[in-house]
Amino acid sequence: MRQTCLRAFHCKPIFQRNNSFVTAITDSKLAIRARGLSKEFGHVVAVNALDLDVPRARIYGFLGPNGSGKSTTIRMLCGLLTPTRGDISVLGYSIPKEAEALRRQVGYMTQMFSLYDDLTVTENLNFMANIYTMSRAERKLHIPAAIERYELGRLLNQRASALSGGQKQRLALAASTLHQPELLFLDEPTSAVDPENRRAFWEILFDLVAEGTTILVSTHYMDEAERCHSLAILDLGVLVASGSPAELSDNIEALVVVVESPQPRKVSKFLDQQDFVHSTAQIGNTLRVMLAPDLHNPAEMTQKVIDEAGLPISSSKKVRPSLEDVFVAATQARKAQRNLET
Amino acid sequence: MKSLQRILAIFLKEIRQLRRDRLTFGMIVGIPVIQLLMFGYAINMDVRHIPAGVADMSSTAASREAVMDLAQSQVIDIVEQASDAQQLELLMREGKISVGIYVPSDYDRLSQQTGRSAIQLMVDGSDTVVQGAVAKMVLPGRTSPYNDRPPGTETRIYYNPERRSPVNTVPGLIGVILTMTMIMFTAVAIVRERERGNLELLITTPVRSSELMLAKVLPYVVIGLIQVSLVLLLGHLLFEVPLRGTLFDVFAVSLLFIVANLALGLVISTLVHTQFQAMQLTFFILLPSILLSGFMFPFDGMPRPAQMIAEILPMTHFMRLIRGVVLRGATLPELSFEVLVLVGFIVVAMALAILRFNKRLD
Repeated sequence: MRQTCLRAFHCKPIFQRNNSFVTAITDSKLAIRARGLSKEFGHVVAVNALDLDVPRARIYGFLGPNGSGKSTTIRMLCGLLTPTRGDISVLGYSIPKEAEALRRQVGYMTQMFSLYDDLTVTENLNFMANIYTMSRAERKLHIPAAIERYELGRLLNQRASALSGGQKQRLALAASTLHQPELLFLDEPTSAVDPENRRAFWEILFDLVAEGTTILVSTHYMDEAERCHSLAILDLGVLVASGSPAELSDNIEALVVVVESPQPRKVSKFLDQQDFVHSTAQIGNTLRVMLAPDLHNPAEMTQKVIDEAGLPISSSKKVRPSLEDVFVAATQARKAQRNLET
Repeated sequence: MKSLQRILAIFLKEIRQLRRDRLTFGMIVGIPVIQLLMFGYAINMDVRHIPAGVADMSSTAASREAVMDLAQSQVIDIVEQASDAQQLELLMREGKISVGIYVPSDYDRLSQQTGRSAIQLMVDGSDTVVQGAVAKMVLPGRTSPYNDRPPGTETRIYYNPERRSPVNTVPGLIGVILTMTMIMFTAVAIVRERERGNLELLITTPVRSSELMLAKVLPYVVIGLIQVSLVLLLGHLLFEVPLRGTLFDVFAVSLLFIVANLALGLVISTLVHTQFQAMQLTFFILLPSILLSGFMFPFDGMPRPAQMIAEILPMTHFMRLIRGVVLRGATLPELSFEVLVLVGFIVVAMALAILRFNKRLD
């Protein structure tokens, strides 16, 4: 796994930094620590030898395409699935052995809305409060507080089935935080939500973090991943890169050039055949070209190659890699390696 | 105490959802009432008013009286008069009659002789129920001035001397209705939570699987008892089904059977993934329950393999219990074997359900 990593990134420093970080602090500063975590379903390896260190009071993101093992990892971390191999410690509990004790201290928001459609907002909240065996006093304190924070006041007597995507999501978050968990798992929480509600949702997440909650969120949206304090990029069950969004962008083992051309399709097809080009992606009339990291003047060189091929080009400019570039580079390097192997 | 709070929360939630689910709520009352009326009125195993034709060749006062005697049993209705045996056969082939009564021309003489049959009955054997009914009609020997043979066999029927079907069917119907609704409701109730994703949320909470199962099943115990009362009450009002045992015993054996079915429903819920599959499996159990338990066909008449299958089904044992209590006034100690079998069934099914449910999380 590390080999792959080295091929694609300068990510060795990240690992060193992380490792020294881990040894320097005690485990209590970490909300989650996993080593060599693997899960196999029959012959399919869903998660492969994952190492994770999630610090407390941070938003930690899992970024990866569908089927990359994000949900499986989250389920293993909260003890819903038994890992095939590996050690997990969550909030100091050894998982899955002490999963029952952990359950009172974590909240879990599923990918699908999983409260009861045929119960009202109030009934759903009361139900969850009782499931977490909150006392009458606790219920009196926390339920109205949640109603206010998540702006559910006008919806109290509506059935959950009548709520919009954003309202359902606020209700789900309210329900999973009623018992004041220390750690919150969010499995693709904003898949069914419009951008405006998504913004508001993240504002609330940062409020929770400010109160000391640790949040682990999985997503396949780049803009959401950008907001996390730290990220782990997963591809086919393997951790291909980790670090803060800025670190990941800085350490990408590729250069990114933006090329403008009146005939972007033709240029794109031409570039794809060049050895020094990792990938191209069209955005409107511009092309985002990812190049091998050892080039000296990537923008000039790209322009020259295109000119020599007799294709039109208006401009060529080197830019700072985005998180999406990191993601593409990481998954492509893995693909290339797999092709070599087969 | 905490466990109780969680069980109560799920129990109340379940009741609330049931109240809002009009279809299920309707089925709770609808299924027993419709089935009771259906089985009580339409499916009648003691056949009356079978269409019959008469060919009276002798046409004497004695022969006419003999034919009248047969008609008075109400088993047959004389709807056709034929001129000879050939015409009777034709009528039967055409389906106009199921029984042909042929009185030979020398009836008066034949009826005086012992050991000779005077009247010939032609029975359409394509329906065995009709065949049986007609055979019974002539079985009890009759004495009359014209036939002084002593009665060959005398039959005395206990508990249901009028041989009315509903008396036998209604208590058995409780078994059919409970099998159908209880297995289906529980299986569907759990599978629905899984389908809608509720279960994924619940299993991340401190709820234990035993608490969840208990709380999901409890509302249906109440519903099952309501159904039992409804069927017994309607059966009594509409079909005069007697209750010879104590009410306590009736509800005790019903409760046992309800719990057995709920446990079976829980097992099913751990085997299937969709509500549709849950329905299919329910019917997979319901059909043999109806056919083999003794509800429709006598247990004793079944071949050995069928009887062995029947012994596994809880309904077979319930059928013996409920008929024993309702119709024969038997007490539970007298039926202790069947009670023990049901208790054993519950223990095994419940253990299986909780064991399998734990595994399902993976």
